[in-house]
Amino acid sequence: MAGLTLFDGVAAPTDGAWSVLQVTQRARQLVEAGFPRLWVRGEIGGFKSYQSGHWYFALRDRQAQVRCVMWRSDAEQSAVRPEEGLEVFAHAEPTVWEERGEFRLTVRQLLPARPEGDWQLKLERARQALLRDGLLDPARKRPLPRFPRRVALVTSPDGAALRDIVAVLARRWPSIEVLLVPARVQGETAAREVCHALALVNRLPVDVVIVGRGGGSREDLWTFNIEAVARAVAAVRVPTVSAVGHETDVTLTDLVADVRAPTPSAAAEAIVPDRAEQRDRLRAVARRLTIGLGGRVELGAQRVERTADRLTAGATAALERGRARVERLGTALDALSPLKVLARGYAVARGDDGRLLRRTADFPSERAFRLTVQDGDVRARVEAK
Amino acid sequence: MSDAPSFRERLERLEAIVRELERSDVDLDRALALFEQGVGELREARALLADAELRVRKVIEDADGNLDLANADE
Repeated sequence: MAGLTLFDGVAAPTDGAWSVLQVTQRARQLVEAGFPRLWVRGEIGGFKSYQSGHWYFALRDRQAQVRCVMWRSDAEQSAVRPEEGLEVFAHAEPTVWEERGEFRLTVRQLLPARPEGDWQLKLERARQALLRDGLLDPARKRPLPRFPRRVALVTSPDGAALRDIVAVLARRWPSIEVLLVPARVQGETAAREVCHALALVNRLPVDVVIVGRGGGSREDLWTFNIEAVARAVAAVRVPTVSAVGHETDVTLTDLVADVRAPTPSAAAEAIVPDRAEQRDRLRAVARRLTIGLGGRVELGAQRVERTADRLTAGATAALERGRARVERLGTALDALSPLKVLARGYAVARGDDGRLLRRTADFPSERAFRLTVQDGDVRARVEAK
Repeated sequence: MSDAPSFRERLERLEAIVRELERSDVDLDRALALFEQGVGELREARALLADAELRVRKVIEDADGNLDLANADE
């Protein structure tokens, strides 16, 4: 490579000039040789994650900024996901990107620069721990009871969440009983109080529990991202509904709970049926009951009719039988009529007093008597001995 | 905390009553008894849906860890 001096004359060199590539390559070599890998502290700005998996962002402070790249292999391992304004320590290798002639840092590792800025790191670690223990397994999710009689609310007694939940329950299903287990939901003691309250829930005769709070800043909602709180939710023996903040806030507690409600009001709607719908249902049952009995009575009436028919038929047959019997008897009677006997050639002997003479003793010598034959009486006398 | 049957239990009984009533082989006496029972269950179930004041009570734990309930507004 030809040496270049500033004193070669005023005319533009026609030869021996550096190409752009040459100068950027030289700059890269000097920069890479001049800096060891180092820690840079700054705020993240203009973060972009590309399809390729590489991350691009700037690190800046009040006076300056520098472009950064984090290659996919490192980005994938990162416990910190860059976010606008997040203050970080970047373990970086300064270099020059030749294609653009741009000075930049190749970041190998990111760490949060402030304790309160390390939330993502902590969150990710907690999430990994819960995942390892199977607490995020969808198969763990229990169904909610359809008609709960008592619900425990783990939330602040002064918060908007309590008010919202009570309002919805009063409208939809006022027969439910609410047991408020008070706990501070933000501040130093919040995590401990929420864990303790959740443990108390296991001693209460409730069917379901709602744990949560209304909307707030990330710091305000932080309690519900603490691993111990998530584990306490997982340890509740009745189905759990989480309701933390608004629609877009998803916390570890939400991931562990059986049902995640986007807001406290939605949590209340999720745990109870709607009175109006159930009234319709009862109306339908009442109708079936009436129709069922009506049908049964109808069936009974038909059976009674059939029975009556049978009775009549039976009676007729009996009459028939009676009549035949009477006829038979009549015939027999007729056969027994003394006139018929007389017709067959018999005669009846009677004394003058009309008494029947049946034996030889009734016929002493010369006794006068009457013989009745088929067509009348004849006088008669026993012969003298 | 009463042990009266819940809405769910009443609904289940009602379903069972209606199903039996809808069978054709149930005799008339039984049908009348079922109907009567069903009307009772319906009345109780409807009462559970009636307008009521939502009960909210606060769980209080004393120093010994015993639990008690107080009205929430106290």
